[in-house]
Amino acid sequence: MPSATKSSSRSARAPARASRPVYRVEIGLQAGLPDPAGREAHENLAEAGLGGIREVRVLRTFYLRGSLSPKQVERAARDVLADPVQERFAVREDLEIGAGPGGAPVVVTVLRKAGVTNSEAESARHALQGIGLNVRDVQSARTYLVWSSAEKGEVLAAARQALGNDVIEDVKLGRVRTFVFPKPAKRRIKRRTVAIRPMKGKALVTLSYQMGLSLTKLEMETIRDRFIELDRDPTDVELETLAQTWSEHCKHKTLAGAVTMTDADGERSFDNLLKETIFDATMKLGKSWCWSVFEDNAGVIDFDGTDGVCMKVETHNHPSAIEPYGGAGTGIGGVIRDILGTGKGARPVANTDIFCFGPPDLPMSEVPKGSMHPRRVLKGVVAGVRDYGNRMGIPTVNGAVLFDPRYVGNPVVYAGCVGIIPKRDVNKRARPGDLVVAFGGKTGRDGIHGATFSSVELHAESESVSSGAVQIGDPITEKKVLDVLIQARDKRLFTAMTDCGAGGFSSAVGEMAEKTGADVDVSKAPLKYEGLDAYEIWISEAQERMVAAIPPAKWETFKALCDSEDVEAFVLGTFTDDKRLKVRHGKTVLCDMDMAFLHDGVPRVVREATFEPGGDAEPTWKTKKRYDKDILDLLAMPQIGSKEWIIRQYDHEVQAGAVVRPLTGANDGPSDAAVVAPTLGSNRGLVLSNGINPTFGEIDPYAMAMATVDEALRNAVATGADPTRIAVLDNFTWGNCNRPSTRGTIVRACEGCHDAAMLFGTPFISGKDSLNNEFRTEDGELISVPPTLLISAIGVIKDVRKTCTSDLKQAGNPVYVLGATHDELGGSHWYRLKGRVGRNVPKVPSEAPQWMLAVHRAIKKGWVRAAHDPSEGGLAVAAAEMAFASDLGLRLDLRKVKGTTKDAQRVLFSESTTRFVVEVDKAKAKDFEAAMQKAGVPCGKVGRVTAEPRLMIVGKVPEGGRTTHTFVDVSTDKLRTSWRGALALSEEN
Amino acid sequence: MATSTGTPRRRAKTAAKGKASTKKSTKPIRILVLRAPGTNCDRESGYAFERFGARITHMHVNALLDNPKQLSRVHGLVIPGGFSYGDDLGAGTVLGTALRTQLRDPIHRLVDKGGIVLGICNGFQVLVKTGLLPGYDETGDGEPDRTVALASNMQNRYEDRWVTLRAVTDNSVFLKRGDLIHCPVAHAEGRLVCSDAVLDRMSAADQIALRYVTPEGESPASFPHNPNGSLDDIAGITDPTGRVLGLMPHPERNQFPWQDARFHRGTAPRKPEGLKPFENAMRHLKKTFS
Repeated sequence: MPSATKSSSRSARAPARASRPVYRVEIGLQAGLPDPAGREAHENLAEAGLGGIREVRVLRTFYLRGSLSPKQVERAARDVLADPVQERFAVREDLEIGAGPGGAPVVVTVLRKAGVTNSEAESARHALQGIGLNVRDVQSARTYLVWSSAEKGEVLAAARQALGNDVIEDVKLGRVRTFVFPKPAKRRIKRRTVAIRPMKGKALVTLSYQMGLSLTKLEMETIRDRFIELDRDPTDVELETLAQTWSEHCKHKTLAGAVTMTDADGERSFDNLLKETIFDATMKLGKSWCWSVFEDNAGVIDFDGTDGVCMKVETHNHPSAIEPYGGAGTGIGGVIRDILGTGKGARPVANTDIFCFGPPDLPMSEVPKGSMHPRRVLKGVVAGVRDYGNRMGIPTVNGAVLFDPRYVGNPVVYAGCVGIIPKRDVNKRARPGDLVVAFGGKTGRDGIHGATFSSVELHAESESVSSGAVQIGDPITEKKVLDVLIQARDKRLFTAMTDCGAGGFSSAVGEMAEKTGADVDVSKAPLKYEGLDAYEIWISEAQERMVAAIPPAKWETFKALCDSEDVEAFVLGTFTDDKRLKVRHGKTVLCDMDMAFLHDGVPRVVREATFEPGGDAEPTWKTKKRYDKDILDLLAMPQIGSKEWIIRQYDHEVQAGAVVRPLTGANDGPSDAAVVAPTLGSNRGLVLSNGINPTFGEIDPYAMAMATVDEALRNAVATGADPTRIAVLDNFTWGNCNRPSTRGTIVRACEGCHDAAMLFGTPFISGKDSLNNEFRTEDGELISVPPTLLISAIGVIKDVRKTCTSDLKQAGNPVYVLGATHDELGGSHWYRLKGRVGRNVPKVPSEAPQWMLAVHRAIKKGWVRAAHDPSEGGLAVAAAEMAFASDLGLRLDLRKVKGTTKDAQRVLFSESTTRFVVEVDKAKAKDFEAAMQKAGVPCGKVGRVTAEPRLMIVGKVPEGGRTTHTFVDVSTDKLRTSWRGALALSEEN
Repeated sequence: MATSTGTPRRRAKTAAKGKASTKKSTKPIRILVLRAPGTNCDRESGYAFERFGARITHMHVNALLDNPKQLSRVHGLVIPGGFSYGDDLGAGTVLGTALRTQLRDPIHRLVDKGGIVLGICNGFQVLVKTGLLPGYDETGDGEPDRTVALASNMQNRYEDRWVTLRAVTDNSVFLKRGDLIHCPVAHAEGRLVCSDAVLDRMSAADQIALRYVTPEGESPASFPHNPNGSLDDIAGITDPTGRVLGLMPHPERNQFPWQDARFHRGTAPRKPEGLKPFENAMRHLKKTFS
């Protein structure tokens, strides 16, 4: 704490002075009460391989320091820390354990490391001060009592796996009876220059490596030459600022770079890949309802004329690999701040999450050293998103989870946020003379070099060397920021606003002041603890901070507002008009650079790119007699199976706007998209969906881009969205694009995005890329993630009552398959199930936009009772899902499905695009068929909804002939059980 | 500083037209919706009352602590859902402590004059931490003590799902015995725990207000119909006066027809069931104060 006591200057390990004893309070459940926390710890330890566990109990431990009497500590425990109805406590002594299952337990204590955010301890301090106790410092810990047949060492090893994470916590054997609060270190801030001017090639590379700048040789040379021109050496702060601003994370040197591409389509050159593909499509489409594209934190489209909708999706892959809980939590926290910092501030109304992990059933022996088991990553990531998103009061409504062995060392975590913003607040511009105001959390050493860390590959030692880049979020601080930010926006106190993301103040101020200039003093920043160097304050990625431009006349009002809600706010500096970035610590000038060099000085290089299609030969399997097992196996694939275990941990109802939820129907089947109504009392809504299929990308990233845009759109359309009012976002997670072959795949994907946008008339409004997603094992093997393109769609819907869900509604209603089914199983899940990839990747038909419009109109008219998009697992899985979501059944005839393939297995499992399975109101069937015919939609009346809860699929006899053959006949109960069992991560209930 | 993060919008008022009775002749019913750092259901909870004509004041707890007299100007206090102060020390602990130590008297006066207190989800957790629910003085110091806890769900994690509730008391201005309410729960700590003596006393005084039941309305309800393993399927309790109600589920999340999870199946009732407690409470307040 900044106000920490001044004591003698002995080493930091010296015990606390006797006059300020540290009190330990140990809290445990009363005897005989159920202990869910203990049971969960038990389950996690068993999963980490600890055998013979009989019982696990968890104690909460607090360490209090301050001017306290033992009686006061007693009161603290009784009135605040413990719950008298179900807990007991002991002060300064070990809690009486009572009868365990016999024998002495092994005791393990898990404590947060110094400097790592601990909101539990912070809350305790706040609450105890609130009841008038003079508490200065609080630390908290968890103490586990483990009764098992295992040795101490084995318990500790399992605890390290299952109960704590070495990156942020100390996991120790035994109780920690005395806690020594670290003493703040003092640091004198000096201006330090780096003698870069005489340096050449290798020395520059070494310098970049030693300072953790992640700059290339050419970039270092450019900086050196610049300072030779200026006739001085740069300071460390200047080099750090350049490294942050020029990082791949902030500058997108690959996607926005120049590239020459060679493949079967010939040779072509781009000066700026992104601008000439994805961005170009948006410009050419010129939709008037796009209010802000690719310039702000998030793209903004028209919601109802008065308000706009903004959306942003971010990745937080590398932090999540090392500390899944903190990495995912700060990922969602970061993307929420992107929305808060859009325009002059937007109000978040929905979150989305898409994850890619290694297979959940991977044998422990196959997990490479330096990475965690996929289940542990998954559990941590889900908990991180849950605890941050739920506390922010933002419903998490949509998502997807993918599994592939190539994500083991490098999981992918996408977090998205949607906000509502008044039209008048969409534009922002800081003016010279405005104050640079920072508000929200304090600054610590958190996440130093996060921006540069995210731009390098992970390796076996990443866990230990990069821990500085890991952060733990504090959602309540961010919720307080949200509360004051919206009020201040509505009082018109801001001229501009942005979040502190990667690069911290350096990026936030650097970006906001690009057109003006700024003069800031980092000594003004409130710190979590003393001892930070100036450059650390400047580039720290401490969470929950925002930077605003506020005219001096409005500062007092803003400060008073922040004070009234316990939000810290301070003036960091002033926006100037000299187009220079000046950073000081008090009077010491640490950085003085012109904005032009900072923002436009990155050297441009033309890179080569090549492309060869992937995949393997198309299998030629003979048609079988029955496919019941294939369908059950597909439903049991973790990628297709129920995500209920995850979904229910997210609050998807808060803000009272949920219309179509992630699970739908009487029996909780999967929804295609989410619908929320963000304005209380209004029926206007938003549709949110996504498309993602890296397996298509393995064969051809161009086809993947087309198909994923199609998937995102048809998910939204199936739920009721108007396809002419949907905008999309691109997110690229790729391997190392310094290889021409990898770079070629990203070029193909960009071209696919462009062509899809032009075909559908669907603009891209925002995007983000994360490159270098690779993991180097101890043996030097490099595992690169497959090209993972996520397309997120956001659509506006006039009346949420005219939406549609995927569960069957009424026995006797006819069922249609719309669109054409072809022999397009390349990259399909059915092939994957059988260990193949294939080559015939689905293409998007040129008539796709008209088909989607026709489906939309039919839904709007109320003719369609249920609609579902066949994607993963094709028609077979879509039909199964529609049936088991309801209490009804389905009978289909494959001969009625339109398209070019007649082979039953291919019709069942092809993942051809732009298709819908719909249940139509019997009374409207004629109107519906006429409308489809008029719009030219291939429309096969394939069957009907049955009262009997079975899935029955018939078709042509495999040997040929006229009789009807049954390919599938299975109860929906069986289908549902298979689907639900896919990702059961807990055994209770 | 009675500020608000979410004054319902202009359009909101027009859309709710016809539902909200805005007779000018009667004295308006005023409801204070309390907000602490981490509260996140304040807008929709206030809106549910507003639909029945209440005037809503959204207020930060700091502002109320600065001037507790503001409670004497309102007829109802709502403590909405969320994660007050992060819930790091157990849900509702910090805000509950503040209310117990600094706002005890004005809250008692509000209830004594016929006003209401409603705690939803985190608000319920806060109310049990203050002792206002169930309202028993065990230590004999003249003040209610903490006798009920809302412990971690049996599955030890947050759970969001729709449940069915049955009103089982005659002693509540919010509820009519027998009513079924279909609405979501969304919490990690909602399992009611208390001693046998306290349970008996609550039963005897008709203070058990809401129980989780099966979708058909039957008892007992096992998981998932009882979503957290709560004692005797208890979802909500009232104080002895019937004017203080705490419940874990969120009726305010079923106040528009399309919110009902059964809407698309066409089996949702035309009038959202979640409105019942708000409507009943407003009827009581109008009768008492207008």
